[in-house]
Amino acid sequence: MSEERQIQLEVLRYNPETDSQPRYQTYTVPCVNEWVVLDALNYVKENLDPTLSYRWSCHMAVCGSCGYMINGEPKLGCKAFIHEYGDHIRVEPLANFPIERDLVTVVEDFIAKLASVKPYLIPKEDKPISAGEFRQTPAELKKYKQYTLCINCMLCYAACPQYGLVPEFLGPAAISMAHRYNQDSRDGGRDQRQEVIATDEGVWECSFVGACSEVCPKHVDPAGALQQVKVASTIDWYKEHLMPWVKK
Amino acid sequence: MSRKPYIREVSKTSWFLSQPRYKRYMAREVTCIFIFAFTFLLICALGSLGKGPEAFQSFLHALRSPLGVLLNLAALVAAIYHSMSWFDVTPQAMPIQRGEEFVPGNVIVGAHYGAWAVVSLIILIWGI
Repeated sequence: MSEERQIQLEVLRYNPETDSQPRYQTYTVPCVNEWVVLDALNYVKENLDPTLSYRWSCHMAVCGSCGYMINGEPKLGCKAFIHEYGDHIRVEPLANFPIERDLVTVVEDFIAKLASVKPYLIPKEDKPISAGEFRQTPAELKKYKQYTLCINCMLCYAACPQYGLVPEFLGPAAISMAHRYNQDSRDGGRDQRQEVIATDEGVWECSFVGACSEVCPKHVDPAGALQQVKVASTIDWYKEHLMPWVKK
Repeated sequence: MSRKPYIREVSKTSWFLSQPRYKRYMAREVTCIFIFAFTFLLICALGSLGKGPEAFQSFLHALRSPLGVLLNLAALVAAIYHSMSWFDVTPQAMPIQRGEEFVPGNVIVGAHYGAWAVVSLIILIWGI
């Protein structure tokens, strides 16, 4: 049974044309318990205040657009059920990102970092289409499959204190994506990616707080990926310096 | 229309107070101070050993003081907490794939605890 109740939805607003800093605005929203926070935002937009800006698209935890800080925790608006909260819910833009307007953040930094790790297959050698597909066993697929579930929602960046303190840090999702392709048996681009991720501003900026994995809505476990990259990079270093005759 | 993004500053000194998980992380990191103190104590022990039996005896005596016992106890608690927090995340950092499946996390964690127990036992027997 749908039970209707009223909640106070406190939203951080920022209008770059008129505001010098963000401010909170509270809306009274009639909700049913089956709603998610995104539904409440849509209610506000449609019925109370059409000026409210926020990103969303699929409403089913696939597109990764509706990440907000909900009561201080990075969450997807479409996965945060109203019944999990009290009658007062505070929604803010994702932490650690500049605010473009209201709940919309500036994400260029993440997009550039993601592109820098070459998150696509780089074949070991070119082969003509006539030679057929690159084959893979179920075990080889399973090795990296978990990391393919990333939807680039950036909740991990909002949770990562290291990214907040050191904005140059490549961050959890980008390094996890590099790891995903490095683990792929069809890929030959690891050396190119290591140039970017096995650096001070890459994986070595991570101090394993682990918050990224705790907030990841797709259970990608970025923290695990980053520690594996550290182990592999350390082995690389020893091989290079102590056993230069061994090929990586 | 020109853009004017608003940047929220992160406090360099009190950021970890905002979330319980950040506090847990800082608790883990703080254990290094006690480990450092214990390591320093070990170096002092070696130093006094080098100076002769009398210096070493007085060092041992100093260790039995309440402060010495307290420091050792704090270092032990810190080392155990740090080790356990590391063991708990070993399945994430060192996954093992056998055939298609990954070895269950509790097996990897259990193996670490087992190895810890064996090493501790050997040291204990060897010490006696």
